[in-house]
Amino acid sequence: MLTSAVLIPLAAALLLALAPLGREAARWTATGAALLSLLVLVAVWAGGGEGFRAEAEIPWVPSLGIAWRVGVDGMSLALSLMAAALFVAAGAWPMKLESPRAYYAWMAFLAGVSIGLFVTLDLIVFYVFFDLSLVGMYFLIGRWGHGEAQHAALKFFVYTLAGSLLILIGLITLALHMPELSFDMRAMIDSPPLAATGTLPGLVLLAFVIGFGIKTPLFPFHTWLPPAHVDAPGPASAILAGVLLKMGTYGLIRIPLQMMPGTFARWALPLAVLAVISILWGSIVAFAQENLKRRIAYTSVNHMGYAVLGIAVAGSALGTETARDLALTGAIVEMVAHGLITGALFLIAGAIWERAGDYHLPRFGGLAGPAPRLTAAATLAAFASLGLPGLAGFVAELQIFVGTFGVYPWLAAIGLLGLLVTAALFLRMLRQAFFGELPEARKGFADLTRAETAILGALLALVVLIGIWPAWLLALIDAASLLPAGAAGG
Amino acid sequence: MPVGDLAPELAVLLTSVAVLLLAMALPQRRHGWCAALAAAGLAAAMVIAWIQAGALPEPRLTFSGTFALDGATSWARLAIPGAALLCTGLAPRWFATDRRHGEFYAMLLFSTLGAMAVAGAADLMQLVMGILLSSVTGYVLVAYHRDWAISLEAGMKYFLVGALANALLVIGVVFVMGMAGSTDYAVLEGALPDAPLATAGLGLVLLGLFFKLGAVPAHSWVPDVAEGAPVPAAAFVTVIPKFAGAVALYRLVALAPETPALPMLVALVAAATMTLGNLSALWQEDLRRLIGWSSVSQTGYALMAVAVAGATPTALPALLAFMTVYGLANLLAFAVVAQLRGRTEIAAYRGMLRARPGAVIALSLAFLSLVGIPPLAGFLGKFVLFSAALEAGYGWLVLVAVANTVLSLVYYLRVIGPAVFAPAPEAAGTLGGTAVETLGGTARAMLWLACALLLATTLLWAPAWTLAPATLLP
Repeated sequence: MLTSAVLIPLAAALLLALAPLGREAARWTATGAALLSLLVLVAVWAGGGEGFRAEAEIPWVPSLGIAWRVGVDGMSLALSLMAAALFVAAGAWPMKLESPRAYYAWMAFLAGVSIGLFVTLDLIVFYVFFDLSLVGMYFLIGRWGHGEAQHAALKFFVYTLAGSLLILIGLITLALHMPELSFDMRAMIDSPPLAATGTLPGLVLLAFVIGFGIKTPLFPFHTWLPPAHVDAPGPASAILAGVLLKMGTYGLIRIPLQMMPGTFARWALPLAVLAVISILWGSIVAFAQENLKRRIAYTSVNHMGYAVLGIAVAGSALGTETARDLALTGAIVEMVAHGLITGALFLIAGAIWERAGDYHLPRFGGLAGPAPRLTAAATLAAFASLGLPGLAGFVAELQIFVGTFGVYPWLAAIGLLGLLVTAALFLRMLRQAFFGELPEARKGFADLTRAETAILGALLALVVLIGIWPAWLLALIDAASLLPAGAAGG
Repeated sequence: MPVGDLAPELAVLLTSVAVLLLAMALPQRRHGWCAALAAAGLAAAMVIAWIQAGALPEPRLTFSGTFALDGATSWARLAIPGAALLCTGLAPRWFATDRRHGEFYAMLLFSTLGAMAVAGAADLMQLVMGILLSSVTGYVLVAYHRDWAISLEAGMKYFLVGALANALLVIGVVFVMGMAGSTDYAVLEGALPDAPLATAGLGLVLLGLFFKLGAVPAHSWVPDVAEGAPVPAAAFVTVIPKFAGAVALYRLVALAPETPALPMLVALVAAATMTLGNLSALWQEDLRRLIGWSSVSQTGYALMAVAVAGATPTALPALLAFMTVYGLANLLAFAVVAQLRGRTEIAAYRGMLRARPGAVIALSLAFLSLVGIPPLAGFLGKFVLFSAALEAGYGWLVLVAVANTVLSLVYYLRVIGPAVFAPAPEAAGTLGGTAVETLGGTARAMLWLACALLLATTLLWAPAWTLAPATLLP
């Protein structure tokens, strides 16, 4: 069942690579494949169940304990649903580009790879998809990006490969300490392989934190992100921010938090401090950007900082269990919400680039006049991103901060400053781009087309839905089942 | 000593003699037939090796204890002629204008024979014989473009470095024999005398093998050979003697399990080799030189498995698996260069994707496999290598290898990036206004064969890994 959710987009990518399809046919092949995956995932969701469900296993290298294992729990199902929805949106987003068939082939490939990463239960298959996502994004940025696209793509690939290799070392070390060599995630979650004492677990945790921290990105490993975002085409940015960054935080929960809880608890405070620095750094630097896309990119550093803060609190083994549950729920909701919101924001940025060929905010203004629909969408997305109550971002950030106050109150207090700066920077962005005087050069700026409106509308409708009625998402995530019962072992 | 034990080697030997005779008799335009005969001989050797490996009841020595019939030999007997077969396929059209290329195949077969002898050697004298045979023929292969100065220079450098290394190797063997009283691995195992002269001898033997492997400090020939040698010969020399040398080195290191300095020495050489190879590859402007330096760095990774020989049961299978997938990817990269008629300036690959998509895709696959991007074969090779090293407690060496892998990505992408991204608003098949000529024929067939093998390895990994031998004979 889940295997087909991975294979359908990959098969579509192969079809697009080989069959001479036209632009529209290619676009609908990629989008349709992502939509089919989404339907499969919805079917799994509708099937219900507790813990890992829809499991399947096909042997690959039995003697090394590697197999094609799939299965989802609440967290991975929520994230894969979000990823599939975002791929539908990004695929359907109308683009004018050269060699569209190759572009949509890479999109479909990335869709399969990203969904595969969230639904696999084998660490090596996880690693395979983790690396393949780099390859797909490298070619998307390098070939269809603008500006210094090749340089940005290279930086992205090299930086994140360094992280992923560190993760590989950690994974092998974990597997070697299993009673029997195995890369089965369930076995490792049930019985953490490393004892919590000594230097080795600390080093393994460091490898994971750096590796996933680069992907997340966590301060100080975030420097690859702004160029990659600025030079990527709009939908690729949406995928990069919406889906690929989540791989870092998902890995952080799935592997160090669940498979070495004892060690994680020992180092939770430094991680939380790093997360707060990310929150502040991301928001302050974003405030200073005059480039629209660069500004949104830096808010990703800020928002992923909230998620990491929630994860660190959840793994701290301090405070009450309720506080830790809240923090983890908040972190996962943040991942889903950030995916939808920032995905929408980057699509909006792509629409602006398509019309103006420019991201420099001071050269904009007054777009509310000629483009009311674009303005409405951007305003809603910006308010969601700054955490306005009633929208998805608020649900997430509220839970993270409530949980953090129960464990590290002073860190929560410092982190709240980030919320203020984020609010300021989004309001300033709205004012600069959409209100005030319309510059001469922007006369004739076209509003969103019907297709663009529909896609953004669907994404933002989800954001509002999560904001006003989050119960279904919280029930799906079921964060309490992710946390280790006591901080025993690992 | 049943002669049949060496049937694969004898098949190669007899074929090479037959090719030599055939080349004398044939007119120049029919020299391609020699390639067909050579390929048939290599395929026959592989078939015999396959049957013998299946029928081998248990590992044993043969020919008065000079030749080991064990899992490693069986693997080498399949991998070495297989790789040589791919190189043979590249050659006929490459040498189409050469006045005499029939003899090239004979030389190639003799060199293959030398490599097979090195891989199976269970006696230092046998090792010397094998290395000398593989070296002497290697010099000829490299300098086969007799009226192209760069090819001759490459051959000369290969010869000078090789002559020195081989002389030191012989001296080393003499030292060891003098101190231990034997050259037989079965006698030497665990019984190497703790005398400085014996240690020095062992060091010199290692140096001789480092030359075959292209490891620091005897690596300097690799980039020149990769650049100057005829592409089929460059592909051959950077893959086949290396494979044999790696197996021989492993056998040698496994002889002295009690010497802690030996694994440490190999580990340091591994770290130096991969770092130097990658740093030197970084700013190359010539694709063949770049592949040469990259092959130096890949040797460094392979040496990790040698450094942990005996410390973990997965060391030998990791070495064999890694060398095999490295060889496949390296051959594929050279096959692309051959298919594009030796086009070697990296700048000349700009926008090549539109002109020759197949070649660029194959080159990308080869390079990504060499980086170790999953699920390509190269990843599986690096994965087992890292696992073995981590299991044996060589975490620092794995970190060095990881840093080097990241570094290597930069120069591979320096080739792939412009080839894929640069816009080429021209008709298919042309670049810069001129048609991109290809070699075609068997060279193209070999390109796609290597590509298919590389992709198939992902799925064939499980059976191959269970077949990989864990222990050596002596």
